[in-house]
Amino acid sequence: MTSSADSSSWPLWEVFIRSSRGLSHVHAGSLHAPDATMAIRNARDLYTRRNEGTSVWVVPAAAIMASDPDSKGAYFESAQGKSYRHATYYTQSEGVKHL
Amino acid sequence: MSPQNHQHAPLHLADEGDAAAALAEAEAGQNRFEEIIAEDSRVEPRDWMPESYRKSLVRQVSQHAHSEIIGMQPEGNWISRAPSLKRKAILMAKVQDEAGHGLYLYSAAETLGRPREEMYDQLYTGKAKYSSIFNYPARTWADIGAIGWLVDGAAIVNQVPLCRASYGPYGRAMVRICKEESFHQRQGWEILHSLSHGTQAQHQMAQEAVDRFYGPALQMFGPPDGDSPNSQQSMEWKIKRFTNDELRQRFVDMLVPQVEALGLTLPDPELKWNEERGHYDFGDLDWDEFFAVIKGNGPLSRQRLEHYRKARDEGAWVREAAVAYANRASRNEDHDQAALIGA
Ligand SMILES: [Fe+2]
Ligand SMILES: [Fe+2]
Repeated sequence: MTSSADSSSWPLWEVFIRSSRGLSHVHAGSLHAPDATMAIRNARDLYTRRNEGTSVWVVPAAAIMASDPDSKGAYFESAQGKSYRHATYYTQSEGVKHL
Repeated sequence: MSPQNHQHAPLHLADEGDAAAALAEAEAGQNRFEEIIAEDSRVEPRDWMPESYRKSLVRQVSQHAHSEIIGMQPEGNWISRAPSLKRKAILMAKVQDEAGHGLYLYSAAETLGRPREEMYDQLYTGKAKYSSIFNYPARTWADIGAIGWLVDGAAIVNQVPLCRASYGPYGRAMVRICKEESFHQRQGWEILHSLSHGTQAQHQMAQEAVDRFYGPALQMFGPPDGDSPNSQQSMEWKIKRFTNDELRQRFVDMLVPQVEALGLTLPDPELKWNEERGHYDFGDLDWDEFFAVIKGNGPLSRQRLEHYRKARDEGAWVREAAVAYANRASRNEDHDQAALIGA
Protein backbone atom coordinates (compact mmCIF):
# COMPACT_ATOMS: atom_id res chain seq x y z
CA MET A 1 0.00 0.00 0.00
CA THR A 2 1.39 3.37 -0.94
CA SER A 3 0.29 5.74 1.74
CA SER A 4 1.24 8.80 -0.32
CA ALA A 5 -1.65 8.09 -2.66
CA ASP A 6 -3.93 6.92 0.07
CA SER A 7 -7.25 8.71 -0.20
CA SER A 8 -6.78 9.95 3.35
CA SER A 9 -3.97 12.19 2.16
CA TRP A 10 -6.62 13.87 0.05
CA PRO A 11 -7.87 16.99 1.80
CA LEU A 12 -11.00 16.93 3.91
CA TRP A 13 -14.08 18.74 2.53
CA GLU A 14 -17.20 19.77 4.40
CA VAL A 15 -20.40 19.12 2.46
CA PHE A 16 -23.49 21.36 2.51
CA ILE A 17 -26.77 20.35 0.85
CA ARG A 18 -29.78 22.43 -0.15
CA SER A 19 -32.66 20.00 0.27
CA SER A 20 -35.11 22.03 -1.83
CA ARG A 21 -35.46 25.42 -3.43
CA GLY A 22 -36.12 28.15 -0.92
CA LEU A 23 -34.05 26.55 1.84
CA SER A 24 -30.46 27.21 2.91
CA HIS A 25 -27.63 24.78 2.38
CA VAL A 26 -27.19 22.74 5.55
CA HIS A 27 -24.09 20.86 6.70
CA ALA A 28 -24.49 17.18 5.76
CA GLY A 29 -21.09 15.72 6.61
CA SER A 30 -17.58 15.52 5.27
CA LEU A 31 -15.47 13.51 2.86
CA HIS A 32 -11.98 13.28 1.40
CA ALA A 33 -11.32 14.12 -2.24
CA PRO A 34 -8.29 15.18 -4.29
CA ASP A 35 -9.94 18.32 -5.71
CA ALA A 36 -13.18 20.30 -5.73
CA THR A 37 -14.61 18.57 -8.80
CA MET A 38 -14.19 15.13 -7.27
CA ALA A 39 -15.41 16.40 -3.92
CA ILE A 40 -18.68 17.56 -5.53
CA ARG A 41 -19.13 14.26 -7.35
CA ASN A 42 -18.38 12.20 -4.27
CA ALA A 43 -20.71 14.39 -2.22
CA ARG A 44 -23.51 13.69 -4.68
CA ASP A 45 -22.92 9.94 -4.45
CA LEU A 46 -22.49 9.95 -0.69
CA TYR A 47 -25.11 12.41 0.52
CA THR A 48 -27.84 12.57 -2.14
CA ARG A 49 -28.67 8.97 -3.05
CA ARG A 50 -32.35 9.55 -2.24
CA ASN A 51 -33.14 12.98 -3.64
CA GLU A 52 -31.88 14.70 -0.51
CA GLY A 53 -30.58 17.66 -2.47
CA THR A 54 -31.02 20.11 -5.30
CA SER A 55 -27.64 21.75 -4.79
CA VAL A 56 -24.32 20.82 -3.19
CA TRP A 57 -21.54 22.99 -1.77
CA VAL A 58 -18.15 21.65 -0.80
CA VAL A 59 -15.72 23.69 1.26
CA PRO A 60 -12.13 22.73 2.14
CA ALA A 61 -12.37 21.97 5.85
CA ALA A 62 -9.11 23.84 6.38
CA ALA A 63 -10.71 27.04 5.08
CA ILE A 64 -13.37 27.16 7.78
CA MET A 65 -12.74 29.42 10.76
CA ALA A 66 -14.59 28.52 13.94
CA SER A 67 -15.15 30.31 17.22
CA ASP A 68 -13.03 29.00 20.05
CA PRO A 69 -15.03 26.39 21.99
CA ASP A 70 -13.26 27.30 25.25
CA SER A 71 -14.38 30.93 25.20
CA LYS A 72 -17.96 29.79 24.60
CA GLY A 73 -19.44 31.31 27.75
CA ALA A 74 -17.95 34.77 27.49
CA TYR A 75 -18.13 34.93 23.73
CA PHE A 76 -21.89 34.57 23.51
CA GLU A 77 -22.60 36.37 26.77
CA SER A 78 -23.63 39.69 25.25
CA ALA A 79 -26.83 38.05 23.98
CA GLN A 80 -27.79 37.06 27.50
CA GLY A 81 -29.80 39.29 29.80
CA LYS A 82 -31.23 41.05 26.79
CA SER A 83 -34.66 39.53 26.76
CA TYR A 84 -35.97 42.83 25.32
CA ARG A 85 -34.67 41.57 21.99
CA HIS A 86 -37.54 39.08 21.94
CA ALA A 87 -41.20 39.84 21.27
CA THR A 88 -42.22 37.88 24.35
CA TYR A 89 -40.63 40.59 26.54
CA TYR A 90 -43.51 42.95 25.73
CA THR A 91 -46.66 41.93 27.59
CA GLN A 92 -48.83 45.09 27.72
CA SER A 93 -50.33 44.28 24.36
CA GLU A 94 -51.76 40.93 25.53
CA GLY A 95 -55.25 40.39 24.14
CA VAL A 96 -54.77 43.02 21.44
CA LYS A 97 -55.11 41.34 18.06
CA HIS A 98 -52.56 41.23 15.23
CA LEU A 99 -49.81 42.68 17.43
CA MET B 1 -8.14 23.96 11.26
CA SER B 2 -11.46 22.35 10.54
CA PRO B 3 -14.15 22.90 13.15
CA GLN B 4 -14.83 19.19 12.78
CA ASN B 5 -11.41 18.16 13.85
CA HIS B 6 -10.12 17.79 17.31
CA GLN B 7 -7.17 19.99 17.95
CA HIS B 8 -4.69 18.61 20.42
CA ALA B 9 -3.69 21.30 22.85
CA PRO B 10 0.05 21.94 22.94
CA LEU B 11 1.52 20.19 25.93
CA HIS B 12 4.76 22.12 26.30
CA LEU B 13 4.27 23.62 29.69
CA ALA B 14 6.88 26.21 30.47
CA ASP B 15 6.50 26.33 34.21
CA GLU B 16 4.41 25.30 37.15
CA GLY B 17 1.98 28.14 36.58
CA ASP B 18 1.10 26.64 33.22
CA ALA B 19 0.79 23.20 34.77
CA ALA B 20 -1.64 24.53 37.34
CA ALA B 21 -3.58 26.35 34.64
CA ALA B 22 -3.78 23.17 32.56
CA LEU B 23 -5.00 21.27 35.59
CA ALA B 24 -7.68 23.86 36.30
CA GLU B 25 -8.72 23.74 32.65
CA ALA B 26 -9.02 19.96 32.72
CA GLU B 27 -11.08 20.18 35.89
CA ALA B 28 -13.41 22.75 34.35
CA GLY B 29 -13.60 20.57 31.24
CA GLN B 30 -14.46 17.49 33.26
CA ASN B 31 -17.22 19.38 35.10
CA ARG B 32 -18.65 20.71 31.87
CA PHE B 33 -18.49 17.24 30.30
CA GLU B 34 -20.37 15.72 33.24
CA GLU B 35 -22.98 18.45 33.03
CA ILE B 36 -23.52 17.79 29.33
CA ILE B 37 -23.95 14.06 29.95
CA ALA B 38 -26.25 14.64 32.93
CA GLU B 39 -28.59 16.94 31.02
CA ASP B 40 -28.59 14.54 28.06
CA SER B 41 -27.09 17.14 25.75
CA ARG B 42 -24.42 16.33 23.13
CA VAL B 43 -20.65 16.41 23.24
CA GLU B 44 -19.22 18.06 20.10
CA PRO B 45 -15.79 17.56 18.48
CA ARG B 46 -13.94 20.51 19.96
CA ASP B 47 -15.32 20.11 23.49
CA TRP B 48 -13.06 18.89 26.23
CA MET B 49 -13.71 15.20 26.91
CA PRO B 50 -12.06 12.56 29.07
CA GLU B 51 -9.37 10.63 27.21
CA SER B 52 -11.13 7.36 28.08
CA TYR B 53 -14.38 8.60 26.52
CA ARG B 54 -12.54 9.62 23.36
CA LYS B 55 -10.71 6.30 23.16
CA SER B 56 -13.77 4.23 23.73
CA LEU B 57 -15.67 6.15 21.04
CA VAL B 58 -12.85 5.89 18.51
CA ARG B 59 -12.82 2.14 19.07
CA GLN B 60 -16.58 1.75 18.74
CA VAL B 61 -17.07 4.10 15.78
CA SER B 62 -14.10 2.81 13.78
CA GLN B 63 -15.12 -0.82 14.37
CA HIS B 64 -18.60 0.10 13.26
CA ALA B 65 -17.17 1.71 10.09
CA HIS B 66 -15.02 -1.35 9.36
CA SER B 67 -18.10 -3.58 9.76
CA GLU B 68 -19.99 -1.60 7.12
CA ILE B 69 -17.04 -1.84 4.72
CA ILE B 70 -16.38 -5.56 5.18
CA GLY B 71 -20.14 -6.09 5.25
CA MET B 72 -20.30 -5.27 1.55
CA GLN B 73 -18.49 -8.50 0.69
CA PRO B 74 -21.03 -11.28 1.40
CA GLU B 75 -23.66 -9.41 -0.62
CA GLY B 76 -21.37 -7.91 -3.25
CA ASN B 77 -20.56 -11.48 -4.10
CA TRP B 78 -24.14 -12.04 -5.28
CA ILE B 79 -24.61 -8.95 -7.42
CA SER B 80 -23.58 -10.74 -10.61
CA ARG B 81 -25.78 -13.72 -9.74
CA ALA B 82 -28.97 -11.95 -8.64
CA PRO B 83 -31.97 -13.77 -10.11
CA SER B 84 -33.41 -10.76 -11.94
CA LEU B 85 -32.41 -7.31 -13.12
CA LYS B 86 -34.65 -5.74 -10.47
CA ARG B 87 -33.10 -7.77 -7.65
CA LYS B 88 -29.68 -6.88 -8.99
CA ALA B 89 -30.44 -3.14 -8.98
CA ILE B 90 -31.81 -3.43 -5.42
CA LEU B 91 -28.76 -5.32 -4.20
CA MET B 92 -26.40 -2.82 -5.80
CA ALA B 93 -28.25 0.04 -4.11
CA LYS B 94 -27.98 -1.73 -0.77
CA VAL B 95 -24.28 -2.47 -1.10
CA GLN B 96 -23.67 1.14 -2.14
CA ASP B 97 -25.53 2.27 0.98
CA GLU B 98 -23.23 0.14 3.14
CA ALA B 99 -20.19 1.84 1.58
CA GLY B 100 -21.84 5.15 2.43
CA HIS B 101 -22.43 4.01 6.02
CA GLY B 102 -18.75 3.19 6.33
CA LEU B 103 -17.80 6.65 5.08
CA TYR B 104 -20.23 8.50 7.40
CA LEU B 105 -18.74 6.61 10.32
CA TYR B 106 -15.10 7.09 9.33
CA SER B 107 -15.87 10.83 9.16
CA ALA B 108 -17.38 10.72 12.64
CA ALA B 109 -14.34 8.86 14.01
CA GLU B 110 -12.06 11.39 12.34
CA THR B 111 -13.65 14.23 14.34
CA LEU B 112 -12.21 12.50 17.42
CA GLY B 113 -8.70 13.05 16.10
CA ARG B 114 -8.07 9.64 14.57
CA PRO B 115 -6.64 10.09 11.04
CA ARG B 116 -8.54 8.26 8.31
CA GLU B 117 -5.33 6.72 7.00
CA GLU B 118 -4.64 5.10 10.34
CA MET B 119 -8.08 3.45 10.40
CA TYR B 120 -7.65 2.14 6.86
CA ASP B 121 -4.23 0.80 7.80
CA GLN B 122 -5.59 -0.97 10.84
CA LEU B 123 -8.17 -2.77 8.77
CA TYR B 124 -5.59 -3.53 6.07
CA THR B 125 -3.13 -5.05 8.53
CA GLY B 126 -5.81 -7.06 10.31
CA LYS B 127 -5.40 -5.18 13.59
CA ALA B 128 -8.90 -3.75 13.50
CA LYS B 129 -11.98 -5.67 14.58
CA TYR B 130 -15.31 -5.71 12.80
CA SER B 131 -18.62 -7.46 13.40
CA SER B 132 -18.05 -11.22 13.28
CA ILE B 133 -21.28 -11.83 11.35
CA PHE B 134 -19.52 -10.84 8.12
CA ASN B 135 -17.11 -13.73 8.41
CA TYR B 136 -19.92 -16.12 7.51
CA PRO B 137 -20.45 -17.00 3.84
CA ALA B 138 -23.58 -16.22 1.80
CA ARG B 139 -24.03 -19.64 0.25
CA THR B 140 -27.31 -19.24 -1.59
CA TRP B 141 -29.56 -16.47 -2.89
CA ALA B 142 -31.78 -17.12 0.13
CA ASP B 143 -28.85 -16.10 2.34
CA ILE B 144 -29.07 -12.64 0.78
CA GLY B 145 -32.66 -12.57 2.01
CA ALA B 146 -31.66 -13.79 5.48
CA ILE B 147 -28.85 -11.23 5.68
CA GLY B 148 -31.22 -8.36 4.86
CA TRP B 149 -33.92 -9.53 7.22
CA LEU B 150 -31.82 -10.76 10.15
CA VAL B 151 -28.44 -9.02 9.91
CA ASP B 152 -29.74 -5.61 8.88
CA GLY B 153 -32.68 -6.19 11.23
CA ALA B 154 -30.34 -6.71 14.19
CA ALA B 155 -28.30 -3.73 13.06
CA ILE B 156 -31.41 -1.53 13.13
CA VAL B 157 -32.36 -2.61 16.66
CA ASN B 158 -28.80 -1.85 17.73
CA GLN B 159 -28.53 1.43 15.84
CA VAL B 160 -31.82 3.17 16.58
CA PRO B 161 -30.83 3.94 20.21
CA LEU B 162 -27.38 5.02 18.97
CA CYS B 163 -29.06 7.94 17.17
CA ARG B 164 -29.19 9.45 20.67
CA ALA B 165 -25.54 8.69 21.47
CA SER B 166 -23.97 11.45 23.55
CA TYR B 167 -21.31 12.17 20.93
CA GLY B 168 -22.92 14.47 18.34
CA PRO B 169 -21.20 13.35 15.12
CA TYR B 170 -21.81 9.66 15.92
CA GLY B 171 -25.50 10.25 16.63
CA ARG B 172 -25.89 12.26 13.43
CA ALA B 173 -24.22 9.55 11.35
CA MET B 174 -26.57 6.99 12.92
CA VAL B 175 -29.66 9.05 12.06
CA ARG B 176 -28.62 9.05 8.42
CA ILE B 177 -27.83 5.33 8.53
CA CYS B 178 -31.07 4.32 10.23
CA LYS B 179 -33.12 6.11 7.56
CA GLU B 180 -31.45 3.93 4.93
CA GLU B 181 -31.51 0.64 6.83
CA SER B 182 -35.24 0.05 6.77
CA PHE B 183 -35.19 -0.61 3.04
CA HIS B 184 -32.35 -3.09 3.60
CA GLN B 185 -34.39 -5.15 6.01
CA ARG B 186 -37.55 -5.08 3.94
CA GLN B 187 -35.89 -6.14 0.70
CA GLY B 188 -34.38 -9.11 2.56
CA TRP B 189 -37.72 -10.05 4.04
CA GLU B 190 -39.27 -9.91 0.57
CA ILE B 191 -36.63 -12.18 -0.91
CA LEU B 192 -37.42 -14.74 1.78
CA HIS B 193 -41.16 -14.26 1.33
CA SER B 194 -40.94 -14.94 -2.42
CA LEU B 195 -38.85 -18.04 -1.86
CA SER B 196 -40.98 -19.28 0.99
CA HIS B 197 -44.05 -19.10 -1.24
CA GLY B 198 -42.32 -20.58 -4.28
CA THR B 199 -41.50 -24.20 -5.02
CA GLN B 200 -40.79 -26.74 -2.30
CA ALA B 201 -37.07 -26.46 -3.04
CA GLN B 202 -37.18 -22.67 -2.79
CA HIS B 203 -39.09 -22.84 0.47
CA GLN B 204 -36.49 -25.21 1.88
CA MET B 205 -33.69 -22.93 0.69
CA ALA B 206 -35.29 -20.01 2.56
CA GLN B 207 -35.69 -22.08 5.74
CA GLU B 208 -32.07 -23.22 5.63
CA ALA B 209 -30.85 -19.65 5.22
CA VAL B 210 -32.86 -18.56 8.28
CA ASP B 211 -31.49 -21.54 10.19
CA ARG B 212 -27.92 -20.51 9.34
CA PHE B 213 -28.20 -16.81 10.15
CA TYR B 214 -30.53 -16.76 13.17
CA GLY B 215 -27.91 -17.58 15.83
CA PRO B 216 -25.09 -15.40 14.47
CA ALA B 217 -27.57 -12.50 14.01
CA LEU B 218 -28.59 -12.73 17.69
CA GLN B 219 -24.92 -12.62 18.60
CA MET B 220 -24.49 -9.31 16.80
CA PHE B 221 -25.63 -7.60 20.02
CA GLY B 222 -22.45 -8.82 21.69
CA PRO B 223 -21.82 -11.22 24.58
CA PRO B 224 -24.31 -11.61 27.46
CA ASP B 225 -24.35 -8.67 29.86
CA GLY B 226 -22.29 -10.59 32.42
CA ASP B 227 -19.42 -10.94 29.93
CA SER B 228 -19.53 -7.43 28.54
CA PRO B 229 -17.24 -5.36 30.77
CA ASN B 230 -17.36 -2.14 28.69
CA SER B 231 -21.14 -1.92 28.53
CA GLN B 232 -21.66 -0.34 31.94
CA GLN B 233 -19.27 2.55 31.32
CA SER B 234 -20.68 3.08 27.84
CA MET B 235 -24.16 3.37 29.31
CA GLU B 236 -23.01 5.83 31.96
CA TRP B 237 -21.58 7.96 29.17
CA LYS B 238 -24.91 7.63 27.32
CA ILE B 239 -23.25 6.21 24.23
CA LYS B 240 -25.19 2.98 24.68
CA ARG B 241 -28.74 3.22 26.00
CA PHE B 242 -29.64 -0.45 26.46
CA THR B 243 -27.65 -3.54 27.40
CA ASN B 244 -26.76 -6.28 24.91
CA ASP B 245 -29.32 -8.65 26.41
CA GLU B 246 -32.08 -6.05 26.41
CA LEU B 247 -31.56 -5.39 22.71
CA ARG B 248 -31.33 -9.10 21.91
CA GLN B 249 -34.63 -9.70 23.69
CA ARG B 250 -36.26 -6.84 21.80
CA PHE B 251 -35.04 -8.36 18.52
CA VAL B 252 -36.32 -11.87 19.28
CA ASP B 253 -39.73 -10.45 20.24
CA MET B 254 -39.90 -8.69 16.87
CA LEU B 255 -38.78 -11.71 14.86
CA VAL B 256 -41.44 -14.17 15.99
CA PRO B 257 -44.44 -12.55 14.24
CA GLN B 258 -42.26 -11.72 11.24
CA VAL B 259 -41.15 -15.32 10.75
CA GLU B 260 -44.76 -16.45 11.02
CA ALA B 261 -45.71 -14.03 8.25
CA LEU B 262 -42.93 -15.57 6.16
CA GLY B 263 -44.31 -19.06 6.68
CA LEU B 264 -40.95 -20.15 8.12
CA THR B 265 -39.68 -21.07 11.59
CA LEU B 266 -36.82 -19.99 13.83
CA PRO B 267 -34.34 -22.77 14.65
CA ASP B 268 -34.77 -22.73 18.43
CA PRO B 269 -36.84 -25.44 20.15
CA GLU B 270 -36.77 -23.48 23.42
CA LEU B 271 -38.37 -20.41 21.89
CA LYS B 272 -41.69 -19.78 23.63
CA TRP B 273 -43.87 -16.97 24.95
CA ASN B 274 -43.41 -16.22 28.62
CA GLU B 275 -46.62 -14.69 29.90
CA GLU B 276 -45.07 -13.56 33.14
CA ARG B 277 -42.16 -11.70 31.56
CA GLY B 278 -44.17 -10.50 28.59
CA HIS B 279 -41.32 -11.66 26.35
CA TYR B 280 -40.25 -14.72 24.41
CA ASP B 281 -37.84 -17.07 26.16
CA PHE B 282 -35.11 -18.38 23.92
CA GLY B 283 -32.33 -20.96 24.11
CA ASP B 284 -28.61 -20.41 24.74
CA LEU B 285 -26.42 -19.34 21.86
CA ASP B 286 -23.10 -20.91 20.91
CA TRP B 287 -20.75 -18.42 22.56
CA ASP B 288 -17.65 -20.60 22.05
CA GLU B 289 -18.18 -20.24 18.33
CA PHE B 290 -18.77 -16.50 18.71
CA PHE B 291 -15.49 -15.93 20.52
CA ALA B 292 -13.63 -18.17 18.06
CA VAL B 293 -14.95 -16.09 15.15
CA ILE B 294 -14.00 -12.85 16.92
CA LYS B 295 -10.46 -14.17 17.33
CA GLY B 296 -10.24 -14.50 13.56
CA ASN B 297 -11.27 -18.13 13.15
CA GLY B 298 -14.52 -17.48 11.35
CA PRO B 299 -15.29 -19.49 8.22
CA LEU B 300 -14.19 -16.63 5.95
CA SER B 301 -12.11 -14.34 8.22
CA ARG B 302 -9.00 -14.77 6.10
CA GLN B 303 -10.78 -14.34 2.76
CA ARG B 304 -12.55 -11.16 3.88
CA LEU B 305 -9.26 -9.52 4.80
CA GLU B 306 -7.51 -10.72 1.64
CA HIS B 307 -10.30 -9.36 -0.49
CA TYR B 308 -10.16 -5.98 1.27
CA ARG B 309 -6.39 -5.79 0.67
CA LYS B 310 -6.75 -6.77 -2.95
CA ALA B 311 -9.40 -4.10 -3.55
CA ARG B 312 -7.23 -1.48 -1.85
CA ASP B 313 -4.07 -2.47 -3.70
CA GLU B 314 -5.75 -2.65 -7.06
CA GLY B 315 -7.36 0.76 -6.58
CA ALA B 316 -4.07 2.42 -5.63
CA TRP B 317 -3.28 3.58 -9.17
CA VAL B 318 -6.61 5.36 -9.40
CA ARG B 319 -5.94 7.28 -6.18
CA GLU B 320 -2.43 8.10 -7.37
CA ALA B 321 -3.71 9.36 -10.70
CA ALA B 322 -6.31 11.55 -8.97
CA VAL B 323 -3.64 13.13 -6.77
CA ALA B 324 -1.32 13.69 -9.75
CA TYR B 325 -4.15 15.31 -11.68
CA ALA B 326 -5.12 17.58 -8.77
CA ASN B 327 -1.48 18.60 -8.24
CA ARG B 328 -0.96 19.43 -11.90
CA ALA B 329 -4.18 21.42 -12.07
CA SER B 330 -3.22 23.51 -9.03
CA ARG B 331 0.29 24.08 -10.47
CA ASN B 332 -1.25 25.35 -13.71
CA GLU B 333 -3.49 27.66 -11.71
CA ASP B 334 -0.48 29.07 -9.83
CA HIS B 335 1.24 29.54 -13.17
CA ASP B 336 -1.77 31.41 -14.61
CA GLN B 337 -1.90 33.61 -11.52
CA ALA B 338 1.79 34.42 -11.82
CA ALA B 339 1.32 35.30 -15.48
CA LEU B 340 -1.55 37.66 -14.62
CA ILE B 341 0.44 39.42 -11.94
CA GLY B 342 3.38 39.69 -14.32
CA ALA B 343 1.18 41.36 -16.90
FE1 LIG C 1 -25.23 -0.39 7.11
FE1 LIG D 1 -27.70 -2.26 5.90
